[in-house]
Amino acid sequence: MVDVQHYLVVSAALFSLGVIGVMFRRNLIVILMSLELMLNAVNLSFVAISRYLGSIEGQIVVLFVMVVAAAEVAVGLAIAVAVFRQKGTINVNEINIMKW
Amino acid sequence: MEAVLFYALAAVTLVSGVFVVFLRRPVHNVLFMILAMIGLACLYILLHAEFLAMVQIIVYAGAIMVLFLFVIMLLNLDEFVMPSERRKVRYGIGIVLAMMLIVFLIPASRGMLSGAGPASVPADMANLTNTEIIARELFTTYLLPFELASVLLLAAIVGTVVIGRKSAR
Repeated sequence: MVDVQHYLVVSAALFSLGVIGVMFRRNLIVILMSLELMLNAVNLSFVAISRYLGSIEGQIVVLFVMVVAAAEVAVGLAIAVAVFRQKGTINVNEINIMKW
Repeated sequence: MEAVLFYALAAVTLVSGVFVVFLRRPVHNVLFMILAMIGLACLYILLHAEFLAMVQIIVYAGAIMVLFLFVIMLLNLDEFVMPSERRKVRYGIGIVLAMMLIVFLIPASRGMLSGAGPASVPADMANLTNTEIIARELFTTYLLPFELASVLLLAAIVGTVVIGRKSAR
């Protein structure tokens, strides 16, 4: 059986990739996708630790994380469409209407 | 065997994660995201979380990523230029992949036709399956969060419709 540390390393790498995407990409949709990547990385570590501890709670939490992720993506993409209708772009550098 | 599978799946997931972040075209990002989701689902199966693996494929790869694709095509982000040459190569790749799919599917369908598979499982299983355990916990201990999650989804649906409709005057 593969150690739980290996899963945690994969999860950490995936999470860091998501962070890089959120920080460096300027496309709103790609940023949303990187957020999904981060959520999935956390899900992986939840499942791995749930297996390691022999308890089912981690998997229940993952189900709720999936629900929240679905809601977040739906609203986020609706916002992206609305922003595109307003400004004609979804480059986050040009969406600065709320910048002080 | 499990270690080999784990490393292969981890490599697939991480490499497609890199492509998700660094490729320039949003459609390619989404397609590699689907690959990463499938890799994660296989990792869940390795961790004996079969129910979550199936939910991962259905919800993430099936629903959420298709939503992303819809929005990308709605916004028409890609100035897509189909390369007119090299079509032969793509046909060749398609034919090879289809052949591989057939080779893959024939043993599976043969097993299903002969009816040897599911009948051998006893009706009352002494050890509960993963799905059963999750259902038992979800509908007893975590009943309130479960209902709240449905309310959250309803709120998300209403919010999406309100944000997404054309500005009513």
